[in-house]
Amino acid sequence: MALRAVSKRIVSPHLARLSRPISSYADLSDENKMIRDMARQFAEAELMPIAGNVDAKHEFPTNAIKAMGELGFMGINIKEEYGGAGMDTLAYALAMEEISRGCASSGVIMSAHNSLYCSPVNNFGTKEQKEEFLTPYASGNKIGCFGLSEPGNGSDAGAASTTATQDDVSGDWTLNGTKAWITNAHDSSCSVIFATTDKSLPGSKAISAFIVPTNTPGFSLGAKEDKLGIRGSSTGNLIMENVILPSNALLGKQGSGFKIAMMTLDGGRIGIASQALGIAQAALECALKYSKERVAFGKPISGMFAIQNKLSEMGCKVEAARLLTWRAAALKDAGVDYSKEAAMAKLCASEAATFCGHQAIQVLGGMGFVSDMPAERHYRDARITEIYEGTSEIQHVVIANKLLREDIAYANPAPPTKHTH
Amino acid sequence: QKMKVIVGVKRVIDYAAKVRVATNKSGVELNNVKMSLNPFCEIAVEEAIRMKEKKSASEVVVVSVGPKGATEQIRQALAMGADRGIHIQTDMRLDQELQPLAVAKLLKSVVDTEAPNVVVLGKQSIDGDCAQTGPMLASMLKWPQATFACKVDVSEDKSKFTVERETDSGTEVIEVNAPAIITADLRLNEPRYATLPNIMKAKKKKVETIDAASLGIDLAPRITVVEVNEPPARKGGIMVEDVDTLVDKLKNTAAVI
Repeated sequence: MALRAVSKRIVSPHLARLSRPISSYADLSDENKMIRDMARQFAEAELMPIAGNVDAKHEFPTNAIKAMGELGFMGINIKEEYGGAGMDTLAYALAMEEISRGCASSGVIMSAHNSLYCSPVNNFGTKEQKEEFLTPYASGNKIGCFGLSEPGNGSDAGAASTTATQDDVSGDWTLNGTKAWITNAHDSSCSVIFATTDKSLPGSKAISAFIVPTNTPGFSLGAKEDKLGIRGSSTGNLIMENVILPSNALLGKQGSGFKIAMMTLDGGRIGIASQALGIAQAALECALKYSKERVAFGKPISGMFAIQNKLSEMGCKVEAARLLTWRAAALKDAGVDYSKEAAMAKLCASEAATFCGHQAIQVLGGMGFVSDMPAERHYRDARITEIYEGTSEIQHVVIANKLLREDIAYANPAPPTKHTH
Repeated sequence: QKMKVIVGVKRVIDYAAKVRVATNKSGVELNNVKMSLNPFCEIAVEEAIRMKEKKSASEVVVVSVGPKGATEQIRQALAMGADRGIHIQTDMRLDQELQPLAVAKLLKSVVDTEAPNVVVLGKQSIDGDCAQTGPMLASMLKWPQATFACKVDVSEDKSKFTVERETDSGTEVIEVNAPAIITADLRLNEPRYATLPNIMKAKKKKVETIDAASLGIDLAPRITVVEVNEPPARKGGIMVEDVDTLVDKLKNTAAVI
């Protein structure tokens, strides 16, 4: 099976081989511009008009997701032979940001499906598994989800209490347990589930990944969660009570589950960072537009330093997070270790999103607090980006560990010599 | 029986961009302004691709006259489904210097080489708004023209086009023999989004570049733009007491009826 060629060596930033030179960040390639423009056009025409309703009604945007599937957004990094669009990570990041700028719910549906379902099946699946569980999903005809978190463990992923026991004779697996907070739970036809297969081993070696069709007997869903934001996407528990799967439901090697989960989440972080950027950008644009139109003390509030300060801070945070995200994407495409950069991108982009959501309401004043304007929806949609796919606290742990383990010779400056007077 | 379609596309300022006049009033400001495919040209491309999908057309060739950036618009047409592109390179300003007469002459040179059965153009560009290129090209080629098309049907044997066209007093249906010029109006169709796989495929499609100056055609403008100004700022309206006063104002003050 084809494992992505990810270098295990920690590479110093200034030695990292990027797939494109730093100077090219000044402008995107023609192809990436086309992708970004098309995604933007689509989002403005098809997502922005429905986003408010999707949020108010907690409604899965079926038609929009179907259209996105037809355009290739639901299998964007999957090779054409398995029904995908065959694009690289930077294209994914660009498309995710534009889709999310239109509708954050559509963005997370697309991100979870691409990064958390399609990606592990693509990276660790056998040819047969891909034909059955990837091809129909890459086209967007079916939706997938990722079951790692449990009621008893979110950040502590190694403590999975969902179990999978193998029958010695038939080789069938029996899964028992509950997964919590699963995005796309109520709209998925299949899930990648992580279960403990060997309790005697430490967490990082005890878990295995399984492909579980949601219509398997014994598989049921918990109630749809009533959320603060991204209400168009369904979130709920996945309940497995003696779910019996054939032996070929195992994804990757037995005991590789934790590694598969962590590698998958690295890529997922680029998707969520891009989603957060889209929300932040939408909030920033809302504030910019309003500040030009709203008159107070005889002139538009965009002329006031207090407002300009906010707009500038928002702009800086978004731009910085965007470059971090693009860099993480470029490193991933170059086949180099990108965990640290992906964690930084997710951390900074999610904090930029909550900052912009908050400040956009502040710029709009009372108007920001009512649903006539999208500012309050951006505020609510932004909040989850600091929590899912690795809380900000976990991102800090990942980043700090990477920094502390980096193979650099620390500069050793000599102290100033003392002068005698 | 093969039918080749040529579609003309123009690079214009994006319809949503805020247009400003340059400080020296020589024209509109083009620096750092978003450029896009002319909306009516996009409709023309869509119609050509639909002809191919209905098996009326066998090849769609997209042509653009413009600077290096015009290749973006050609690529977009290729991503929508056109087969190959021809870029006639010129640095003349597309919204002023390069005028419909010159464009029609350049398109004629392409038609003479490619021998298409039909040329589909946008009815007009959103910068010049002249609506002249199509009719001028038809006249130069001595081909029939069906302008402001809102519906196009190709006959079974591909020898005729039945076109419903928009006029100020409603629509009319005409029949023109191939080869012909058709110009697309707003209601002809709704252009598709280029799918991501098609954007990838567009990269590999052939685009031929020709230097406009090398064709030996007189491209000099016949009209000189002296000065460009913003339209006068919108003044507040006035209330009138009755319908008669309103009609009088519309006739004599506003001079619109």
